[in-house]
Amino acid sequence: MEPHVVGLPVRRKEVVGKITGAAKYIDDVQLPGMLHGVTIRSTIPRGKLLNISFLPGVPWDEFTIVTAADIPGSNVVSQIHDDQPMLARDMVNHPHEPVLLLAHENKDQLRCARELVHIEYEPLPAVLDMDEALEQRTIIWGQDNVFKQYLINKGDVDSVWAEAARIIEGEYSTEAQEHVYIEPNGMLATVSPSECVTVSGSLQCPYYVHKALTTLFNLPSHKVRVIQTETGGAFGGKEEYPSIIAGHAALLAWKSGRPVKIVYDREEDMVATTKRHPSRTRHRTAVSEDGRLLAMDIEFTIDGGAYSTLSPVVLSRGTIHAAGPYRCPNVRVRSTAVATNAPPHGAFRGFGAPQSLFAVERHMDRIAYTIGLTPDEFRRRNFLRSGDATATGQIITQPLDLPGLQERALRSAGYYKKLETFRANSASALKRGMGFATFMHGAGFTGSGERHLASVVELEGTAGGNVRILCSMTEMGQGTNTILTQIAAEALGIAYEQVEICPPDTALVPNSGPTVASRTSMIVGKLIEQAAGEFKKRLWSDDELPADYSPGQFSAKLRDYQSVCGPLRTRAQYHEPAGIHWDDEHYRGDAYGAFSWATYVAEVTVDTITGEVQVDEFTALQEVGRVINPVLAAGQIEGGIVQGLGFALLEKVTWNQGSMANNQLTNYIIPTAMDVPPIKVLFEEIPYEYGASGAKGIGELPMDGPAPAILNAVVNALGIAFDHVPLTPEDILSKLSQNGKHAHDAPEVVETIA
Amino acid sequence: MKTSRLSLTINGARRTIETPPMKRLLDVLREDFQLTGTKEGCGEGECGACSVILDGVLVNSCLVPALHAAGANVRTIEGLSPGGSHPVQAAFARCGGAQCGICTPGMIMASVHLLERNPHPSRLEIQEALAGNLCRCTGYQKIIDAVQAASEGDEIADL
Ligand code: FES
Ligand code: FES
Repeated sequence: MEPHVVGLPVRRKEVVGKITGAAKYIDDVQLPGMLHGVTIRSTIPRGKLLNISFLPGVPWDEFTIVTAADIPGSNVVSQIHDDQPMLARDMVNHPHEPVLLLAHENKDQLRCARELVHIEYEPLPAVLDMDEALEQRTIIWGQDNVFKQYLINKGDVDSVWAEAARIIEGEYSTEAQEHVYIEPNGMLATVSPSECVTVSGSLQCPYYVHKALTTLFNLPSHKVRVIQTETGGAFGGKEEYPSIIAGHAALLAWKSGRPVKIVYDREEDMVATTKRHPSRTRHRTAVSEDGRLLAMDIEFTIDGGAYSTLSPVVLSRGTIHAAGPYRCPNVRVRSTAVATNAPPHGAFRGFGAPQSLFAVERHMDRIAYTIGLTPDEFRRRNFLRSGDATATGQIITQPLDLPGLQERALRSAGYYKKLETFRANSASALKRGMGFATFMHGAGFTGSGERHLASVVELEGTAGGNVRILCSMTEMGQGTNTILTQIAAEALGIAYEQVEICPPDTALVPNSGPTVASRTSMIVGKLIEQAAGEFKKRLWSDDELPADYSPGQFSAKLRDYQSVCGPLRTRAQYHEPAGIHWDDEHYRGDAYGAFSWATYVAEVTVDTITGEVQVDEFTALQEVGRVINPVLAAGQIEGGIVQGLGFALLEKVTWNQGSMANNQLTNYIIPTAMDVPPIKVLFEEIPYEYGASGAKGIGELPMDGPAPAILNAVVNALGIAFDHVPLTPEDILSKLSQNGKHAHDAPEVVETIA
Repeated sequence: MKTSRLSLTINGARRTIETPPMKRLLDVLREDFQLTGTKEGCGEGECGACSVILDGVLVNSCLVPALHAAGANVRTIEGLSPGGSHPVQAAFARCGGAQCGICTPGMIMASVHLLERNPHPSRLEIQEALAGNLCRCTGYQKIIDAVQAASEGDEIADL
């Protein structure tokens, strides 16, 4: 048997196509007779659609034109609620909302035509930020501008305030962040005479798109086919929006009878598609004389944009992570997702957790400074331990040693020594500082999500004696193909090269759920292991399962089996592990099958003349269960950290009437190779019983830690509190000039001695 | 639209086409020659996904009008090794320098361009040379590792 495939740095399965340029992304695919499609969008945040006219200047009869009236099924983007139309009907609720579609074979003609569609509106008052939404003077969604609210109530926070030694308050906020996958969105649709709708393109979740199309066309599921093409990055940004582009391309193909491709350019992709939800978190915390958390009262609000889309689930994850990795007998989290007239905000790596974890990890530093403990000591006194209950009442059953994890991270970053050196040299205009964050990320869908998904995977023998994985998990750079192949090869006892993976195509693969929520290795990988166990059993059904076999013997056995019994195919479906309970009604219980844990340490230099922050070094230690592929795992961590660095310091969306004004890479700045510090990535490997080969989730975790670690380091360097990301040089200079003195008595810090 | 005749050398082969003179070199490569390894990430000279080497200079092909490439020698990702065995390609594969792969052809061309003129660059020199190529997946570390590994390995073949 091939003993070790898991744990090896095997090469990425599809790497050759990527390093030679042969890999085909949707922009690289042409079909004979293909038309190009474009989307005509609203130009105001909110209003009634009065009239659409087509000005002279192009031969309009050559164009395929689609409006809401052409939709054969339901005019909705089918997600959680069906409040978002595929094309606006009589109202527009945000800028850049799709109103009308055009297709033509000539891109230049399309460019001209685009300018000649004239839409008249009756503008209505718009709600442009969270406060306006909560004031409810203008109602733009439902009865109250509220998409969703949650309440976590553990113990009784209100019984504690009177007896607390200290009460510390803080308010923290984060802004929208654009995904900037380097491949913009694109979809290609064909409609065959038998009325089958086929769409291929850049996407994360084939079955989400499939569901959206069956609803849009009112077709049975076997008449809709969705195929993922090579996807040039996604990070959550291709979770829900591709359903819209697929719907649009398919509507144009349906009406024209020709293949239609829609590929967004960068400006359209940035201005029209989803971003990370802006957030505000308020903390009020009671602490005992000896620095223990007595009560945490947290209010978490996110801006969902104009339609509900995934906001309820983003809010849920943010809510559950809001109290951080701390033990506290009394916790209340009140959270709200509100509507504004901006394009809907959506899934982005971390999914609400980076927002609420930023707040709690800044707040922990604030408390520590306020009560006179070091940030590490204060956390140490309050960490969750095995056997403790989280805010939702989930008992930590896995081994957990956060003090140890944090200590190891701090030591390998040289934290203590550097703190001292930097303090001693604080006279210069270049101020140096150290900061860190300790945090967790829940793997898999929140609460009962996995139970409802009931994902399926299959394995089948190939004619050549290999085994092929059939699942709907998509490769978008994060390594799905490679990791799942490693897991299958290990479980089958064969070589990496003997496992093939079927491209995600809803006509060929079962629904294994969406490729989101750090669930690929842990949840779907585990199903592959189960299907592999069954595969071996069936293969050797008449004989004993041999203790050892060579890869060649396996293939020979498989070929023999299949020549007699026909194709061998096995399947596994998700069932909740025993002992995991989530109560949707009371929003309590085991929120996730497992958490990954980490401490991230940032070392920064702040230039007090220019206000610029440079991250000099970054150390990331995490416990993610067993590491399946060390190179890919480190790549996930490094990539996430650099996105987090952008979120913390660089990436600022400028809004104008609900619309992104800086929708170009010239003025929306993401990190370049010059911005990245040396990153030290370390793993603590504690195998997780219910994850494939002991793995837990990894993809989102690294997005959570950088922003609080970096801001804590800046606060350490300057002695001034900063509680908002992105933290720009302007923010730093303005606070430096108004407040030369100490951070920790900044006005927002309230101290009450009981 | 007015077209003109354009001759240029692409990956060592002499080619001639009729093209509007202001058509972007990126589109000439992708549409007229089906060389789709060169990618478009922004169309405004910011991301480097469209990087090619034009007469020895690394350019963003989305900013180069076809007429500027008349008579020029253009090298694209397809001109390295079709099997991926060029030392820089191999190093990207080995070190995890490619994740989603969309920036990879441009990154590899920028790296080849660097290593051909500076076979043993420092970390900072690599960062500077790649600063015009955005990658949203890797955080750049593994790309820098790959360039370093390539610089320590075999000679960079000049094609
Ligand atoms: S496409 Fe040319 S620089 Fe981005
Ligand atoms: S590998 Fe995805 S953008 Fe670089």
